[in-house]
Amino acid sequence: MIARAGVFLAAAITLALSASYSANSSAPQAVNHAVIVGENLPRSLSDFAFFVDSSRQIPSAGVTPYRLNTPLYSDGAEKLRFVYLPAGTKMRANGAGLLEFPVGAALIKTFAFGDGNARRLIETRVLLHRESGWLALPYRWNDEQSDAALALAGARVDVDAGDSGQISYRIPNKNQCKECHGLQGAVVPIGPKARNLSHRWLSDMAGRSRLDKLPDKHDALPVWEDRKGSDLNAAARAYLDVNCAHCHRPGATASNSGLDLRWEQDEPFAFGVRKRPVAAGRGSGGHEFDIDPGHPERSILAYRMGSTAPGVAMPELGKSTVDEAGLAVIDQWIAEMEQ
Amino acid sequence: MAKLNAACLALSMTAFIAAPAWAETINVAAGEGAQERLQEALILAEPGDEIVLQGGRFELTDGLSLDVDSVTLRGAGMDQTVLDFTGQQGAGEGLLVTSDFVTLRDFALENPKGDGIKSKGADAIVYHRIRVTWTNGPDQNNGAYGIYPVESTGVLIDGTKVSGASDAGIYVGQSFDITVRNSIAEANVAGIEIENSRNALVENNIATRNTGGILIFDLPGLPVMGGGNVIVRSNLVVDNDTDNFAPPGNIVAGVRRGTGIMVMANDNVLVENNVLTDNDTADIMVIAYTQPFDDDRYNPYPREVTVGPNVYARSGRNPQLDGGEMLMTAFGGSLPSVLWDGLSEDGTTALYAVDGTAGWSLSLTEQGKGLGDANPGPLVVDAPGKTFQAEGVGAPSELEDRLG
Repeated sequence: MIARAGVFLAAAITLALSASYSANSSAPQAVNHAVIVGENLPRSLSDFAFFVDSSRQIPSAGVTPYRLNTPLYSDGAEKLRFVYLPAGTKMRANGAGLLEFPVGAALIKTFAFGDGNARRLIETRVLLHRESGWLALPYRWNDEQSDAALALAGARVDVDAGDSGQISYRIPNKNQCKECHGLQGAVVPIGPKARNLSHRWLSDMAGRSRLDKLPDKHDALPVWEDRKGSDLNAAARAYLDVNCAHCHRPGATASNSGLDLRWEQDEPFAFGVRKRPVAAGRGSGGHEFDIDPGHPERSILAYRMGSTAPGVAMPELGKSTVDEAGLAVIDQWIAEMEQ
Repeated sequence: MAKLNAACLALSMTAFIAAPAWAETINVAAGEGAQERLQEALILAEPGDEIVLQGGRFELTDGLSLDVDSVTLRGAGMDQTVLDFTGQQGAGEGLLVTSDFVTLRDFALENPKGDGIKSKGADAIVYHRIRVTWTNGPDQNNGAYGIYPVESTGVLIDGTKVSGASDAGIYVGQSFDITVRNSIAEANVAGIEIENSRNALVENNIATRNTGGILIFDLPGLPVMGGGNVIVRSNLVVDNDTDNFAPPGNIVAGVRRGTGIMVMANDNVLVENNVLTDNDTADIMVIAYTQPFDDDRYNPYPREVTVGPNVYARSGRNPQLDGGEMLMTAFGGSLPSVLWDGLSEDGTTALYAVDGTAGWSLSLTEQGKGLGDANPGPLVVDAPGKTFQAEGVGAPSELEDRLG
């Protein structure tokens, strides 16, 4: 029975993917373009019609799944990422950086916990590219898993997070979306940067004319699951870039800290080496420097990653559990750093 | 004529910002679902709207945030409307403001887990009759800052009250055109701190029972540096006698118990007409940045700091300084009111003091090398020779129109 269900699911996904890859398939469900570019805040995720089968996360035509080499940790949630491009439009490469998206595009990310039939969808965050700019909205899944409702003010949901046990999972409010997605006062996507996307996916998108060309310096960040085989420095810097640098960079939420954790920042003081804290408060944990080379146990960066207490924990948002795997990489990176 | 037109335009723009014809009042009461109801109101507000918080205790689990320009958030009074963050589970502050022309008034925050109210890149903001309290008193597990505007131009903080902050009660950082006045900062590590900021007026405040009363700092390694053009006047700075409870690693963790007003680095600072009493280490301290640093853009020295007439009494009687007893004996029983570390940038004057100012100098010779080569002696500095240029110091006057 279980095996049959699995086969059925696989078949459904294959069907759905082929639908999303082919504009000519018979009557594919169309994404509701007007809702994406309109003025309103759609009340339900289903209003967009991003999915043919939303509870199984099977995408509609024009909606393409993707993954990031090194992903943002979110309490261990499984994340399903999709990009929607309106018919006849394409993304544009912009060096190693963020792909440029046409107006009418949308990025969709669903957060789920549990495996197989036990998987529960918790929330889906959408980024809509409207004429006025990007709009970030959070949607909370109902208990029946049939649809998700706009959660402007965010929510707390009790979730079984596997190894971490029961946690109080935080769905961010609309403003908190901007805390991470804000740059120079505007909302921007974070994830789909060429350096953090695979060669295969980018080539495929370019081959299907959904991307104007293969970007320079793409696929540079290591694939997180393969980190043990890759350079420690690259794994650590990729982790910091993806998990921290959307705030800790010039022009973003934590700019005033002076800490710049972007992948391309190569000045050690700027990414925290022997840098004293500014406004850390008790977040300092009694330590003098963000990174004290050779001493993760004396480094504020590792201390705050290892905490879940509000006011201490980093990241400040979307974190109820410590990312032990991420922390292990950062600890080792600091421990092996030249003193 | 051109001038008149410009004035008219400015006036009409002010009116537009203050009260658009379509401005709405949105009432939010405490009770079930307060977190979502209040946050939703903050998100759905339109420019010009006023969100009115009814009296009562709002029990909150997560940080709130406001990102809409020209919104007023008004409570029923700092003792009537309390945003209670005792049960806060997430976010780095109680309330985050990231939009311009915002007015916050007549409410309180209690026990935020991180900072109290942070406004970042929020120009022309008014904090009026806001209270932020950590109810357990001084504790290093309290949040860092009570009122925390940063990277903003135009900040008016008036009639506020902050206590228990493990860093600074009222902290203005990397900002311009600032007034902090008529406020009470009690039992924080730093009462009021102006950091890496310019054009700040700190007047008519009470700073008491902090570790240090009022700090004017400039620090290296930050996006905005070059603090200065600061006036600290007519404040009551008394009994700042709380042991430093800042978590180590933070710059204020180095502030000595019993510091009244402290100027570190900065240029063009005037300290006058304050009442400073019973500050155990020093009523006024003027020093260079104390640590080694590696930042070419940074000037670690105090420059052109003027100590005008102030009232001093009973200071320096229990200094938190190595060899304090010996020093007190040497100076005849207690330390003089004004302490300078003796450091200055070549070619500039660090400090002027009006005649009759009782002071002493550590006579240090090198920045960032600690107190090892201190050679204490009486303060010998010139009297101020010119009038302080006060023009442009303080918040823009249009912010005052939102009071009352």
